[in-house]
Amino acid sequence: MPIYNYIVLAIILFCIGVIGVLTRRNAIIIFMCVELMLNSVNLLLVAFSKMHNVEFAVTNPTLASDAQIFVFFIMVVAAAEVTVGLAIIVMLYRNTHSVDVNFLNRLKN
Amino acid sequence: MNNTLQLVWLIPFLPLVGFLINGLGRKQLSKALVGLIGSGVILASFLISVFVFFQVKSGNIQVVTFFKFINTESLHINFAFQIDQLSSLFLLIITGIGFLIHVYSTSYMHDEESKDFAKYFAYLNLFIFSMLLLVMGANYIIMFIGWEGVGLCSYLLIGFWFTNNDYTDAAKKAFIMNRIGDLGFLLAVFWLLAKIGTVNYADVFSAVNIAKLTPADITGITLLLFVGATGKSAQIPLYTWLPDAMAGPTPVSALIHAATMVTAGIYMIARSNILFTMAPFTQSIITIIGLATAVLAATIALKQNDIKKVLAYSTVSQLGYMFVGLGVGAYTGAVFHVMTHAFFKALLFLGAGSVIHAMGGEQDMRNMGGLKKYMSITHLTFLLGCLAIAGMPPFAGFFSKDEILGAAFAKNPIYWIVGVLTAFMTAFYMFRLYAMTFLGKFRGTHEQEHHLHESPVAITFPLITLAILAVVGGWINIPQVFMNNGDKLEQFLSPIFAGSYALVAKRELAPTTDYTLMAISVLGALAALLYAINKFSKYEKVTVEETGLGKVLENKWYVDELYDAIIVKPLKKVSAFFNNVVEKSGIDGFVNGVGKSVNYGSRQIRLLQSGQVGNYVLLMVIGILILFIIQLFF
Repeated sequence: MPIYNYIVLAIILFCIGVIGVLTRRNAIIIFMCVELMLNSVNLLLVAFSKMHNVEFAVTNPTLASDAQIFVFFIMVVAAAEVTVGLAIIVMLYRNTHSVDVNFLNRLKN
Repeated sequence: MNNTLQLVWLIPFLPLVGFLINGLGRKQLSKALVGLIGSGVILASFLISVFVFFQVKSGNIQVVTFFKFINTESLHINFAFQIDQLSSLFLLIITGIGFLIHVYSTSYMHDEESKDFAKYFAYLNLFIFSMLLLVMGANYIIMFIGWEGVGLCSYLLIGFWFTNNDYTDAAKKAFIMNRIGDLGFLLAVFWLLAKIGTVNYADVFSAVNIAKLTPADITGITLLLFVGATGKSAQIPLYTWLPDAMAGPTPVSALIHAATMVTAGIYMIARSNILFTMAPFTQSIITIIGLATAVLAATIALKQNDIKKVLAYSTVSQLGYMFVGLGVGAYTGAVFHVMTHAFFKALLFLGAGSVIHAMGGEQDMRNMGGLKKYMSITHLTFLLGCLAIAGMPPFAGFFSKDEILGAAFAKNPIYWIVGVLTAFMTAFYMFRLYAMTFLGKFRGTHEQEHHLHESPVAITFPLITLAILAVVGGWINIPQVFMNNGDKLEQFLSPIFAGSYALVAKRELAPTTDYTLMAISVLGALAALLYAINKFSKYEKVTVEETGLGKVLENKWYVDELYDAIIVKPLKKVSAFFNNVVEKSGIDGFVNGVGKSVNYGSRQIRLLQSGQVGNYVLLMVIGILILFIIQLFF
């Protein structure tokens, strides 16, 4: 499968994410959209890694699957981040009884 | 090469040390100690000056270089002292009379508070230091340092009682007038540097370097130097500061008028005599300005009632004489008159100070009179001073004035006529002063009469010394017609003026003409002084306002008012315009405008910081898109 398709898919996912962040006010949906953008980039990384794998296998085998491993790291870090983020949202809900980000325009009080 | 002259650095250094000790220790030192240090350093300088004078007399003349003062690629100025006939003579005058004035001040200023007393002596020492630097410097730059120094010290001392607003104004006036002259002096020095590239006297006056100057250069330089001299030596148009300088303590007036400051201009022109001799145009300007100043100041002095003001205008008038001497090429006569004038003018000022002291601060002659019987020493010394300044033989003033008048006659009889008329006026107003102060009956209050007393010895000692000098001081330069080989000063100074006399020979008058001129001036002055004594010894206080010419003279020809109208007032108008229009709407408007626009702009931009996360994200996305577009298409 040509790399072109992966790129288009990644762009579509990313744009959905961006539009979601911009238009929605629900903190959880925004959070999901952020994850979507993150994962579209992951997808792109994996796809490019696969594409380059052929030539790197000849010239520099140790670099051949670096991006694949990279993506695992990103997923782990993202999982940790999601935990923290969700915890914040839970605390937010407890305090304000809402997850609408537009209520959060004040840092004071 | 004799190295004994190496110690000349001590001459200005000692007063500087005195200044530092008295200035820094003014809160700790007692009055007696301050007086001792202040006078002692000057006495030490005087003794060294005497030694230096005899060294010079025996032919030991040199430029003593100490260190490189300014050292660049093309300009080398040494910190060096020129020890020759002219400077050694001035050293004697400055330190000698300076010392007497210091001694006098220890008594005169005794009522001041201890720290003011020390401050006063510190300033006096600094004054002497600056003046010594001025006359000792071997180039125009060192002279300029001293030149500025005396300007500063005169400002400090004239405004010594600075809590009085009028006195501070007088001090500022002196300083500003001097600055105007200084500018001329500086320009002349720059001109010399541009054309010759050196300011050392020895180099500037050498034939090689003078040949580099065109006649126009020389005229320009000498005119600018003369502008400097008019400021320092109080000539038209910059003379008005000197009478106002009376605001300072009386010994300061004596110091400014006799030993230091006003003689600076004469010294500078005498030092640069070769340049001036080569510029006949400048010489005639100097002569005319000198004569005009002499006459103007003498007429003003006729009607003044303040004892110090009369003396101040007489100084301006006598300085005019000195400039006439310089202008007609009688350099020795001018320097001689500086010397004799220093004697009798210091005497007269110190005598006036003694009178003011006895009168409890009263300076108006209309309230004096009959002091003869209370203050015999002051009276006698003052009388000798008056006779000397009036040009009575054989007192000092006669010889020096005669020499200048004789030279003026040789140049142009009209100069002589104006000069001799001024001499008659001088005799008249000096004896008017004498008669109103010492003769007749006392016109002051009863309290003042009770208080009258002869001054203590610290005041009478300088008076007696100066009186002796005022009597015999003229005998060092007796004209050839009286005594063969009597002109000792002329011979002593001849190496300094040799270059000028080689260019323009000194014109000698026939003995009969000389006798006639002397007889006219002496008899005229005698008539004027007898008339003055006769008229004013029975002076009664009148309350009638002066009218006509008398009023004009009493108001000093309205020169101060004239300057006020043509310079000060327009200047204030211009300042007011700049203050109200340019400053308020122009500069303030611009500065405030910058502030206001920043204020307004930030108020608008502040709206971007809404606190809405969505807005921030949107802006971020737009920003990224713009970056992408730039990346892709440019």
